Amino acid sequence: MATYQLIVNGERREVNVDPSTPLLWVLREDLKMTGTKYGCGISACGACTVHLGGIATRSCIVPISHVGDRPIVTIEGIGQDAVGRAVQAAWVETDVVQCGYCQSGQIMSAVALLKHTPRPTEQNIEESMGGNLCRCGTYPRIREAIKTAATQLTKGGA
Amino acid sequence: MAARQELNRRGFLQVSFAAASGLFVSLYLDPKSASLAQEAPMPPTQSKVYPPDAFVNIRPDGKIVIQVNRLEFGQGVQTALPMLLADEMDADWTNVIANLAPAADVYKDPLFGMQMVGGSGSIAHSFQQYRELGAKTRAMLVAVAADHWNTTPDKCRTEASVVYGPNGKSAAYAELAGEAARKPVPAKVKLKSPAELRLVGKRVKRLDSNAKCNGSLKFGLDLDLPGMKVAVVAHPPVFGGRVKSVVDDEARGIEGVTNVFDIPLAKGTGVAVVADRFWAAKQARSRLKIDWDLDDVEKADSAELWTRYRQLGRTPGNVAVSNGEANAIDKIPANNRIVAEYEFPYLAHTPMEPLNTTVRFDGDRAEVWAGSQFQTFDQLAVAEVLGLKPEQVIFHTEMAGGGFGRRAVTDSHVQREAAAIAKRLRGTPVKLIWTREDDVQGGYYRPMHFHRVEVGVGSNGLPVAWRHVIVGQSLLAGTPFESFAIKNGVDATATEGTADTHYNIPNFHVTAHHPKVNVPVLWWRSVGHTHNAFVMETMTDELATRARMDPIAYRRKLLKPEAKKLLSTLDLLEKASAGWRNSLPRGHALGVSCHECFDTGVACAVDVSIENKRPKVHRATIAVNCGLAVNPLTVESQFQAGLSFGLTQLMAKGAITLKNGIVEQRNWDGYVPPYIVDAPVAVDVHIVPSGEAPTGCGEPPVPVISPAVVNALARLTGKRYRTLPLVNV
Amino acid sequence: MPSIRAALLVAAIVAALWTGSRSEVTDANTAQGLAAWEQVYSVLTHPRCINCHTATNYPQQGDERRRHVANVVRGPEGKGVPGLNCAGCHQETNADSTGVPGGHNWHLAPLSMRWQDTNDRPLSSAAVCRSLTDRSKNNNLDGPGLLKHNEEEPLVNWAWNPGHRPDGSMRTLPPLTHEEFVAATRRWVEAGTPCPGR
Repeated sequence: MATYQLIVNGERREVNVDPSTPLLWVLREDLKMTGTKYGCGISACGACTVHLGGIATRSCIVPISHVGDRPIVTIEGIGQDAVGRAVQAAWVETDVVQCGYCQSGQIMSAVALLKHTPRPTEQNIEESMGGNLCRCGTYPRIREAIKTAATQLTKGGA
Repeated sequence: MAARQELNRRGFLQVSFAAASGLFVSLYLDPKSASLAQEAPMPPTQSKVYPPDAFVNIRPDGKIVIQVNRLEFGQGVQTALPMLLADEMDADWTNVIANLAPAADVYKDPLFGMQMVGGSGSIAHSFQQYRELGAKTRAMLVAVAADHWNTTPDKCRTEASVVYGPNGKSAAYAELAGEAARKPVPAKVKLKSPAELRLVGKRVKRLDSNAKCNGSLKFGLDLDLPGMKVAVVAHPPVFGGRVKSVVDDEARGIEGVTNVFDIPLAKGTGVAVVADRFWAAKQARSRLKIDWDLDDVEKADSAELWTRYRQLGRTPGNVAVSNGEANAIDKIPANNRIVAEYEFPYLAHTPMEPLNTTVRFDGDRAEVWAGSQFQTFDQLAVAEVLGLKPEQVIFHTEMAGGGFGRRAVTDSHVQREAAAIAKRLRGTPVKLIWTREDDVQGGYYRPMHFHRVEVGVGSNGLPVAWRHVIVGQSLLAGTPFESFAIKNGVDATATEGTADTHYNIPNFHVTAHHPKVNVPVLWWRSVGHTHNAFVMETMTDELATRARMDPIAYRRKLLKPEAKKLLSTLDLLEKASAGWRNSLPRGHALGVSCHECFDTGVACAVDVSIENKRPKVHRATIAVNCGLAVNPLTVESQFQAGLSFGLTQLMAKGAITLKNGIVEQRNWDGYVPPYIVDAPVAVDVHIVPSGEAPTGCGEPPVPVISPAVVNALARLTGKRYRTLPLVNV
Repeated sequence: MPSIRAALLVAAIVAALWTGSRSEVTDANTAQGLAAWEQVYSVLTHPRCINCHTATNYPQQGDERRRHVANVVRGPEGKGVPGLNCAGCHQETNADSTGVPGGHNWHLAPLSMRWQDTNDRPLSSAAVCRSLTDRSKNNNLDGPGLLKHNEEEPLVNWAWNPGHRPDGSMRTLPPLTHEEFVAATRRWVEAGTPCPGR
């Protein structure tokens, strides 16, 4: 066990955990932040996507010992960000979700995309969202929602 | 992508009046389509009373909590059933909160007599029920107001949770609720006419979107209780294996591990590891050294099974359907005969949320939390393991991250495991988690199937004889459903989609073999239709091509005139796809299919090209006839998304295979479902206007997409694709 | 005749420094250089190296060199795309508890440095050698530059410290040790980076 100082959604948090524990499980079980989901544990599905040091990261495969002082942003905090808010609003407006289990990860990936590429092409969307699995299959509405959010943001809305 | 819905007034009025004392299937069924009743796998429904106060709670703050009698796992029932109730009740929709009801008698499916979700039956079976509940609640509230104002109910009206009376009087539902609860529940209640409906038939957004988009919604896996422990189970590598011995000192040495012990499984035995945290439990499990006894269990092997299945498929099986002459096909000259053999692998469901159940056992009672599709079965199973009566088990229904049938298991094996562990840790809540590896390797797959089809083609291009053998494990043998669904040695869930075809095929002969294999099997969204529709719709397409007929026109010609739903979808599809269907760019091809399952008719047209050696679905147009569409937005979503789910069957790594009893895939790296690149880019959904009784949309999207895509590929490559998954395009 | 050999060696090095390509040295040196090259090639085509030197828009993983999980793609700079950045999952060092390899600046080699064809088959020794020594393709590296790359580049060094797989087993190492690889590179460079014929 070791103690780690983390910055999560802008707040300082301290945890005492086994260094090999993936960030995902520290968030979920030690910080009780269950918005970030466990889908596969092998970075194949993206349900665990958070932003680590500003980069979309699959938290199921990053051991807590590798995190350091890089700021962590999760689905619970992405609404503090204008792009995050726009994406969440677009998701709700477009009625994207079905079971919803993958959507935290989808939203975090979509935010990363739009922060970097405010006017994504169809290919940009397909590539950046290409590793986020949705078993219900909400992909067509995800595409629509990303375009809606992009329009909102470039119009100056949100 | 909008889907518009006009209500058929006449059809609607047929179901306006209902007897309050019970719910009979015939009340809301079109008398001509009694198929729902015939397909019911459970004993006839007893008269049931559904007290409104078990379903609706009006809080003093005006919030209206509606209990949903089945699991919400993506299909939108948590919005659609409350819509029905709230509309009849004239509740303020912005104040409605939907809750997933716990296991209880009153929440059983009115048709099936058990609390469950499946068979695309939620709306179909609870449509009338929830409307009545809303209407009765409203009637009771109005009765109280009318009393207060010395007037009669007919002089009052209701809107958005307020009763309005003569002379400007008004009272909020919240004020009246306490007294209303003491009023007698009316025996008869009048339901709204189509014109009066405010929500039903409209595109209403889901109630759970916000919480699912900000991380606040808790799924079963997210549950956190004081003092809770987490458990994982080491399962035998071959189904039914047993633990011989365990060396667990390394496992126990992991910090946070509290227990390691053997437990019984549905088949065989395993080793449970209990810890304070999931990671510790998982680490510890990987350090267990288990010696398994695999001597007396059959080691299923895919290669061996295919050999066996092919042999069986080339001999007649138990008769499912026999119309006309059984051996008419033998008299057809060879050049007018098509012979085709099809292979379908085991499929895993792999819903996004890994399987999990939390149980706390207190000696004389227990509490369970599970995202269960089968609350009645699961509650019984937990009670059995713990030596309790079902009434002593409180069973909470958690929101679930997908299911597709995987959470509807008659042996309740996950709940049994959880209960067996909780039994050893009395007073401590234990959350059992199946890792994704456990899920992919843990069985309960859509069975593998082999089909052999021989079709005799007449001079007009239509079939004149059709002999069809289906080989696949029986889903229902050995389950409580066996006596209803297995007739003459044929399990209807293996032949549905073929045996009940709406095509007019003379000399139609279908038989089935159900080999016993040591691989647990289960329904997979749309069940028998998954493989049967593939065969029927690709073979029909071959016939259409051979006859040089348009694929829509051919199907129209081949369908029985009674197949009203399917015919209506073909008509609508033809119109809806007219703008693109016949003007595809080079390298693109059209694929068409149509199929009816769970009483909903669907026709599908896709625009497909080949990109990076895989089918790229640029567009799908769907025409659906589901009777009255309670929430056209839900219907649209279900079809857009369900098509993507259906494409699981075509994925290059979309197969579960076994070698010497061991499942070869471990996780989503070896069994790869569709990602965004594999899914249709755009799907437009068109609903046939109808006021008929609503039928389901949960499963109907699935069977049509794989054959439609493959039919398009056949036009591009000239090949016939009869083996799934689609490895080489 | 050591002094003649030395002189020839100097000439070869000078020639290599000037052109970074085939040199006009003795057959013996060339033969040695080619032999050294084959050793270098055996490392380059080992999964630990070739998995990121693809001709496609995706990397490979594993000894069986299957397509990388989660549809990760190359992106405009070989670093992935905003939703799927290589560095998002591949940290500065190996994550052995989760079985994910890591190294500084994890990214794909540019397409000019592809060592496979678009069907994921390794290119021939001659083809790889040609592209490796083509300064218009290799980031303008001369012989010594190539040697330094093989000696010091973090991602190259990673191949000999590739970490554990998720199941706990060690990833397989290239057929030579890093020291042997560097020595072979040195011999090849000193021989004027000769390439085998087609």
